[in-house]
Amino acid sequence: MTSPTVTPPTSDRSPSTTAFAAIDKGTPRFARLRGSLQQLLAFASLILIVVVFSIASPHFFTANNLVSILTAATVTGVLALGTTFVIITGGIDLSIGTGMVLCGVMAGVFLTYLGWPLWAGVAATILFGGLIGLINGVNISVLGIPPFIATLGMMLIAAGLSLVISGTKPIYFNETPEFQSIMNLSIIPGIRFPMGVAIFIVMIVVAAVLLSKTILGRYTFSIGSNEAATALSGVNVRRWKIVIYTLAGLFVGLAGVLSASRLSSAQPTGGMGLELEAIAAVVIGGTSLQGGKGSIVGTVIGALIMAVLTNGLRIISVPQEWQSVAVGIVILVAVYLDMLRRRRA
Amino acid sequence: MTDSAPSGDVAGTPLLDLTGVSKGFPGVQALDDVSLELRRGEVLALVGENGAGKSTLMKLLAGIYTPDAGVFRLNGEEITIEGPKHAQELGISIIHQEFNLMPDLTVAQNIYIGREQRAAGFFLDERSLNRRARKLFEGLGLALDPTERVENLTVAKQQMVEIAKALSFEAKVLIMDEPTAALNDAEVDVLFELIGRFRRPETGVVYISHRMEELTRISDRITVLRDGRNVGTRVTAETDQREVISLMVGREISGEQRPAARPIDGAPVLSVEHLSTRSLLRDVGFEVHAGEILGFAGLMGAGRTEVARAIVGADPRESGEIRMHGKAVSIGNPAEASRHGIGYLSEDRKHLGVLLERSVRENIVLSALRDYTSALGFVNDARIEATGRDYIERLRIKTPSSAQLVQNLSGGNQQKVVIAKWLAKDCDVLIFDEPTRGIDVGAKEEIYALLKGLAEQGKAIIMISSELPEVLRLSDRIAVMAEGRLTAILDNADATQENLMDYATRFSSEGTIA
Ligand SMILES: Nc1ncnc2c1ncn2[C@@H]1O[C@H](COP(=O)(O)OP(=O)(O)OP(=O)(O)O)[C@@H](O)[C@H]1O
Ligand SMILES: [Mg+2]
Repeated sequence: MTSPTVTPPTSDRSPSTTAFAAIDKGTPRFARLRGSLQQLLAFASLILIVVVFSIASPHFFTANNLVSILTAATVTGVLALGTTFVIITGGIDLSIGTGMVLCGVMAGVFLTYLGWPLWAGVAATILFGGLIGLINGVNISVLGIPPFIATLGMMLIAAGLSLVISGTKPIYFNETPEFQSIMNLSIIPGIRFPMGVAIFIVMIVVAAVLLSKTILGRYTFSIGSNEAATALSGVNVRRWKIVIYTLAGLFVGLAGVLSASRLSSAQPTGGMGLELEAIAAVVIGGTSLQGGKGSIVGTVIGALIMAVLTNGLRIISVPQEWQSVAVGIVILVAVYLDMLRRRRA
Repeated sequence: MTDSAPSGDVAGTPLLDLTGVSKGFPGVQALDDVSLELRRGEVLALVGENGAGKSTLMKLLAGIYTPDAGVFRLNGEEITIEGPKHAQELGISIIHQEFNLMPDLTVAQNIYIGREQRAAGFFLDERSLNRRARKLFEGLGLALDPTERVENLTVAKQQMVEIAKALSFEAKVLIMDEPTAALNDAEVDVLFELIGRFRRPETGVVYISHRMEELTRISDRITVLRDGRNVGTRVTAETDQREVISLMVGREISGEQRPAARPIDGAPVLSVEHLSTRSLLRDVGFEVHAGEILGFAGLMGAGRTEVARAIVGADPRESGEIRMHGKAVSIGNPAEASRHGIGYLSEDRKHLGVLLERSVRENIVLSALRDYTSALGFVNDARIEATGRDYIERLRIKTPSSAQLVQNLSGGNQQKVVIAKWLAKDCDVLIFDEPTRGIDVGAKEEIYALLKGLAEQGKAIIMISSELPEVLRLSDRIAVMAEGRLTAILDNADATQENLMDYATRFSSEGTIA
């Protein structure tokens, strides 16, 4: 149906073809390597940081501590995975932090207040996250509200609703004690390897496949690269943007389940600032806020860099105040290096 | 209804038939009761001044705008075009005037965006997508790599991707809105060959261009739009450029000939020595004098734009010395260049020339904004408005007011805004990079006159152009580049199209257009 319409005799090697071959010169052949180079760079930095901390403290490079780094990275990491899609479209989602808190509260509502079975409560919570994303998507795509504003509004709404619904008190999962094992159950005998980390790893694979192998991922890049041109090519950009924000919302829902499970309770406060941590992970991983560029591997490395820094600085007894300073510097350096690389290429 | 009609009848009905089409924008009646007919198997040229409504008409056909009035018939059947996708399904394929590519995607991904090869509904089959693209390029005789990212391609190659994309549809009607604006002569030949192959008894092409000499080569009939109306259609073989141009502008235009050799006196204003860059330029050196127009000729990719960018500090220099009025200056970025009195007018209008979302007058005074600002930092809007209006009049920029956003202007008028911007800033040296790209014949003459006027006022002018006739007509001297080197600097009197072409291919290795 979409086969080429023009099928001239193939013997016709026109001289003009060579004209274009000549013009081809000057195209940087190595450009294709660039993408993987960036990931290599981020990965190398991660290794470097790990090595430095390992030398600095004998307590750092132990199986238990590495697992706790992964555990610490899980919730932010899951949020960052979804946000990567949004940021590659050239958008932003500020509602993921408080949205996650609201999802945790909803998990409490479903499981404790309404007494739903565990699977139903968990599924409903994740879908509720999707609903938040769907509303964001509609606001951005149909009403035309800029992503920053649309999700800023949602951020405040979610923060408020969490307090209203919970009556400002934590909700405990008394009816479903198994709930806490979603995050915490140790699944490898011998070491304390929580199920939440395994879920994180599975989600990394899912997100990576979605981004690089599916039509959804293709349109994510395409919209971020040139939204108008994508629309002119007959792609229903509005619909796909709604889909992408909804997807990010589903990740928020899952993060809500994981964080509530981790604490064995739904805490109605907090969450503000978490969205910035997730965005930082995405950006450190080389995803451009301008859209069109980015990867899941990068985001994961970014999330790990942040978690390793926080953990390592604590282990070598750097006061908490300074940890934030260090993370800030890392963000600036990472993004600056990325820009240097782009400019030179 | 026509489906069942005998084939004789079908052959008689035009492929595409527009009647009474109108389209207005706030403050502008872009199209006013236009009727137009595209016959089977023909190439119909659509010409007209900047802002005549050509692109608007084609955007109606592409389903981007909806008409205020008018009837569209395809093969005699009335159609309503609901959107870009629907237009594609109807067999209408368009190459837009402005590039519409996704720089971060590969060539193949760009071509088949929205029509991806899928393995299982949701999953992409990248390999067969690339295979399909490769087959398409083979069929078209294009040397494109499907897996290359578009941002790494030259402008000419990007244009070829656009063309390949348009041809990849099962299209019956192919619309090309100034496809050659970024192409040199050899590349235009490739394009025309492709059009020749596309053209069959059941297809038709609408071809928009400002390059008059192309029309005779490619078109069967020429339809002229003026101020949103169809002012006449001519059979190409039975008309000449003069008639078409006078239909377009509603008056006769006297294209005057080469400049009389003017004596260049005094010291050079700008001199450049041993200019090299990491990527391309090798030891480029030249001088420009007050009152002189120095033309830069060469093939696309020869490094002319790079010279300009290196001079104004937009790209880093590896070596080289730049002197203004004999004094060495250090220029690290375009702002410093502009402070030293060097203005650069980029060829990439959309990205580097204008602020699309700002008004015409804001764009015009942008470089010179300091002159419109009081000591306390307040901007004098009344004077900006006056200057804006002044240039709109002088350059005949077609816009309802100076407050109009530049993105709503036609391509040619956007270009005039860029020129106005640099005229408003009083520079000693002005570098014009493809100043007449996408500009209609009438406006071209005006811009030529402007350039000459500037030279006569004593400014030193560098003009980069891919159109040799233009270089020959305007330049006092002509510098020719090939592969990052300067191969000749000729006095106008010694230059011909032939020897310029010869110098432009000097350093080229095998495979060049000999
Ligand atoms: N979206 C828009 N909003 C407002 N005015 C517009 C819009 N698009 C086009 N116009 C106006 O409609 C008129 C016709 O524009 P159009 O782009 O069709 O001209 P054109 O013949 O293609 O010119 P060019 O040769 O410069 O490309 C112009 O006056 C232009 O300013
Ligand atoms: Mg146009």
